[in-house]
Amino acid sequence: MALMTIAEALRQAIREEMRRDPRVFCIGEDIGILGGFGGAFTVTLGLSEEFGHERILDTPISETGLIGVAIGAAMAGLRPIADVQYGDFLFCAMDQIANQAAKMTYMSGGTVKVPLVLRAPVGATGRGAQHAQSLEAFFTHIPGLKVVAPATAYDAKGLLKSAVRDDNPVIIFEHKLLYGSKGPRAERGALSPVGEVPEEEYLVPIGKGIIRREGKDVTIVGKLLTVYRALEAAEQLAKEGIEAEVIDPRTLVPLDKELILDSVRKTGRLVIVEEDNYTGGWGADVAAMVAAEAFFWLDAPIVRVSAPDTPPPFSPPMEQFYVPSAERVVQAVKSIL
Amino acid sequence: MLTIRRFEERCNYLFMQGRIPSTLHLYIGQEAVAAGVCAHLRPDDYLFSTHRPHGHAIAKGVAPRAIMAELYGKVTGCCKGKGGSMHVGDVRVGMFPAVAIVGANAPLAAGAALAAKWLDKDRVSVCFFGEGAANEGAVHEAMNMAAIWDLPVVYVCENNLYAASTPFSKAFKIQNVADRAAAYGMPGVIVDGNDVEAVYRVAGEAIARARRREGPTLIEAKTYRLCGHSRSDPRTYRSREEEEEWAKRDPIPRLAGRLKELGLASDETLERIEQEVQALIDNAVRFAEESPLPDPEDTLKHVFWSEEG
Ligand SMILES: Cc1ncc(C[n+]2csc(CCOP(=O)(O)OP(=O)(O)O)c2C)c(N)n1
Repeated sequence: MALMTIAEALRQAIREEMRRDPRVFCIGEDIGILGGFGGAFTVTLGLSEEFGHERILDTPISETGLIGVAIGAAMAGLRPIADVQYGDFLFCAMDQIANQAAKMTYMSGGTVKVPLVLRAPVGATGRGAQHAQSLEAFFTHIPGLKVVAPATAYDAKGLLKSAVRDDNPVIIFEHKLLYGSKGPRAERGALSPVGEVPEEEYLVPIGKGIIRREGKDVTIVGKLLTVYRALEAAEQLAKEGIEAEVIDPRTLVPLDKELILDSVRKTGRLVIVEEDNYTGGWGADVAAMVAAEAFFWLDAPIVRVSAPDTPPPFSPPMEQFYVPSAERVVQAVKSIL
Repeated sequence: MLTIRRFEERCNYLFMQGRIPSTLHLYIGQEAVAAGVCAHLRPDDYLFSTHRPHGHAIAKGVAPRAIMAELYGKVTGCCKGKGGSMHVGDVRVGMFPAVAIVGANAPLAAGAALAAKWLDKDRVSVCFFGEGAANEGAVHEAMNMAAIWDLPVVYVCENNLYAASTPFSKAFKIQNVADRAAAYGMPGVIVDGNDVEAVYRVAGEAIARARRREGPTLIEAKTYRLCGHSRSDPRTYRSREEEEEWAKRDPIPRLAGRLKELGLASDETLERIEQEVQALIDNAVRFAEESPLPDPEDTLKHVFWSEEG
């Protein structure tokens, strides 16, 4: 077992998959320049030394082009891992993602596959409205895309490896405050969810969630950074004798519905925590699913804790107001007990 | 020019001290471009900037104290703390909030020029962007439309040789961004971006051309950012020798030398200017330090336009 950050775990996953399969390559801005950044958050640092610039392919600043090229390459037999420096820039390439990558298999009647991985950092980190969005909900709305959101180093590595081997487009959302709290690119306020990562090869299946903490009184579902806010909240609640169960779905599409349903059937209460905006959010969908499938087990209304329906503000006090805090999760739980 | 330089040197210091949150993209070394271009602009001309906007903002007339307060996230900032470093601007002096999605300002600039033409306003629209941004699809689409419609817009590409860590040669098969102008059907002009007189001349012609409704121009200003891309950039992707070479062409001592050579300024005058600038920056910092932080609930304001602001 080695202790590593999510950034390191992702790098190891890429390295192992590139060694295993010569068709795997990375494409993105500033990912392989010698002496450069290794992507915006160091994930590809050092990889061009091992694999060369053909397989750690630096592109101009051209998101439509780089993502489109990755999609075309995937359609024709390669297995690209495309990186946008900040998830916000996915919007630049929206046609390629939503109209091309997501629809090829369907339009072709199941005869064309698009084994593409897209890596996109998300989350508010003091940079204002165009470098801080949480985009998960947007992409869960597009049929044909798998959407993955790892919260620990173990999951990040195992899920990225599964994504590379998947024959569908998979977007991995990585939270900027979870890459690790040390190193030159670490963000202020970052957590270090250094997980134990086994030496031997393993995969984390896409579509399987995990219970991060067992409890009987309320189910809290979080993803990415909000898993940690949920765990903090559960810790505080435990001091008052309230046992919260914390669930991390790890994959948003396809969603491990049974895990959430089983938990709600046990606890009778559900709080969903996400950093996305409220309206049309991913949590609304989870709430509707639970209401449809486990209505008679519910002892209280489902509550959602999210960012407000505003863009992410820059100023620190406003940003703190914007992102869901552990305190807000505690309040939400208490409001339905 | 000097105000931009001293403002940013102070920003860097304050950032290191932890007084300014987040990240900073400094403009140090490129001041002659902003100054040379914006000297021709009136308050009602439009400016569209980038993730590296402090210099453009100062040159367009946004108050340094309002920019500084914005960097601090204070409610007195030019965007009331909502925008931060990458989005400074003040529409009252013709600068829209800077756009941090690189290249995305190019269509906006064309659109503002379209509006100016349509409404028969004697205005030009200026768009600054880096050579890295020049490879965005949005930039190509915008310049093509600006050209076919003869829009009063000037595109100023600040070619500082690096886009984050990517050198020019890795992102272009051609030598000059300005060469692309031919493909759109507009003039493409190359200028020494560290020579403020040259920039002033070239920009003056382009802006006059736009005002005469003769259409857009693409100016490529060859320059260099003397500092890193953003905070904590060790700059290991480029050599110290190269940096030293460019430091010798620093636009500010170069202008000072030129002013003396022409007999337009004595050492005493330059010293006085230096002191005035320092006082201005001191004042901006004091203003930012003393200003209140926004009420967290202000987060909910300004999602939609309202007359009350
Ligand atoms: C659409 C988009 N892609 C990527 C980025 C990340 N990014 C910010 S600045 C930058 C480099 C920009 O280089 P250039 O346009 O040459 O301007 P410079 O930084 O040199 O002033 C990159 C890649 C971004 N902000 N927007």
